[in-house]
Amino acid sequence: MLALLSKRLVSLLVVLFCVVSITFLLIRASPGGPFDGERKIPEAIEKQLLAKYKLDGTLWQQYTGYIGDLLRGDLRLSTKYRNRSVNEILAQTLPVTLALGGAAFLLATFAGVWIGTLAAMYRHTWRDFGAMFLALAAISLPSYIIGPLLILVFALTLGWLPAGGWGGFSHLILPALTLAAPAAAVIARLMRGSMVETLQMDFVRTARAKGLKESTVVYRHALRIAILPVVSYLGPLAAHLLTGSIVVETVFNIPGAGGFFVHSILNRDGFLLGGMVIVYCAMLVFFNLLVDLAYGFLDPRIKSHA
Amino acid sequence: MLDPRVFQRVRKNPAAVLSAVFLAFMVLACVAGPFFMPSALGEPGPNQYAPPSWEHPFGTDLNGRDLLYRVLTGGRISLLVGLCGAVVSLFIGTAWGLVAGYAGGRTDALMMRFVDILYSVPRLIFILIAINAFNAGLQEWANREGLEWRVESSRIAILILTLGFIEWLTMARIVRGQVLSLKERQFVTAARALGQSHVKILTRHLLPNLAGIILVYLTLTIPAVIIDESFLSFLGLGIQAPQASWGSLLADGAGAINPVRSFWWLLVFPAASMALALLALNFLGDALRDAFDSKAR
Repeated sequence: MLALLSKRLVSLLVVLFCVVSITFLLIRASPGGPFDGERKIPEAIEKQLLAKYKLDGTLWQQYTGYIGDLLRGDLRLSTKYRNRSVNEILAQTLPVTLALGGAAFLLATFAGVWIGTLAAMYRHTWRDFGAMFLALAAISLPSYIIGPLLILVFALTLGWLPAGGWGGFSHLILPALTLAAPAAAVIARLMRGSMVETLQMDFVRTARAKGLKESTVVYRHALRIAILPVVSYLGPLAAHLLTGSIVVETVFNIPGAGGFFVHSILNRDGFLLGGMVIVYCAMLVFFNLLVDLAYGFLDPRIKSHA
Repeated sequence: MLDPRVFQRVRKNPAAVLSAVFLAFMVLACVAGPFFMPSALGEPGPNQYAPPSWEHPFGTDLNGRDLLYRVLTGGRISLLVGLCGAVVSLFIGTAWGLVAGYAGGRTDALMMRFVDILYSVPRLIFILIAINAFNAGLQEWANREGLEWRVESSRIAILILTLGFIEWLTMARIVRGQVLSLKERQFVTAARALGQSHVKILTRHLLPNLAGIILVYLTLTIPAVIIDESFLSFLGLGIQAPQASWGSLLADGAGAINPVRSFWWLLVFPAASMALALLALNFLGDALRDAFDSKAR
């Protein structure tokens, strides 16, 4: 377990280092600076600005300086939102993104497991085909198709829910649904496959032979085994939800980190983008690690292989 | 070599046949359709925000442009980027997987470790950063050379190359896996015994055997690249006005619905066109993959 943990931590650091370097080089190597505007800034002022934001010196000096600051936990200042540090912006926006992501995570997992199990129980019936067709549709369609259509139907035509913004529980429903739909579909497909296989196993036959109710057989006995592939998908799921929230937050006008992500690119706000990339990637790798650990915990046989 | 039985199996799947027919129709409509329509439909006109009618089946947009014309020309760009991007990824992925699988040993481990690292970088984030850098470079180049008119076609080329360079990872893994098993087969040993060069074994003996699986993943990569492109265009980083792709039309449509007045047709028609194209591509790809899988079993 410890060996696995340390191995994964090392690879986490390697991935983060690569990502940070690529991001930094791509931003600094591309022409045009963060202070390019309509008007030309006087040279002396530009020099001071560059010094304040530590953008002077050779590329190599900038790079090593940036890495050094990162190691100290300083994500530097945003060049667009003057006088606000990237740490500050992240501290304000990440909770929103995490709340949305968490809601979508729960929704996707429960809905997916439930739909997949039902599809397996009613295999080769219209319910199964209907559910699997919907799942393929939800996987194929990006959130910027599903989201605006949901707004059009539920917010503008029916008027049941707000069209966007952030506040109460009602603001959470549509974006969480949009974000969760493709993930729920993937889980439902995984769940159906593994449940179909599990229901053919000997212990299920034994449970049925004992005269247990079918629902008890499925939910108490088969589900514990059948859910394992879903658990291993939870890591990629977290990744999907995090990057997906970039679009969903834009569609629903939610003041989360995703909107800042897009704007940092449009505004050529290099340090804000860098900070976003680091935090997003760190979370992704961290969730994958968590899932690996959870997997070994749920099925003790796996530990020996890891 | 493509097994004819695979196509027989696909032909028995009604969803796949329907998808193929629909895709053929859609490609034809997008490529040829605009030629048969007066090009004035794509120009700004006085008829703002007209709802769907006989004259404008999909309605008109903010600038009075016919939406059907825009959806067709936008589809042209989306499909072009999807197809070309997928082909670029096919070349890179196939070459990478072939070399890694055939070389084996340390080369293989190194090349596949590289793929693993790229895999763990979130793809959309990587696309965002890369396209941002390239777009800035393009603008600078155009300003310096005074070639403003070339920017539009270069932007499409950059999209194709960037997305192709990012979507090749799955292809590389699959090709490598196939090569690992193929290279142990007797016809490869025979070719080697005959003294054929590595290049010849790779291109004449291994590649033809991979054609089927490559075709399957090509059909599955096209919708992925279309989604990437529309993702960028939706966020305003891909195709720029006055040009359109499905993604930028969707962005316009999403902006045109609000509680005061919702111009629903601006959202519904681009969304439906793109959704149907993606669904058809995925159905077809899934059917092809299943047809190949059952052959393997």
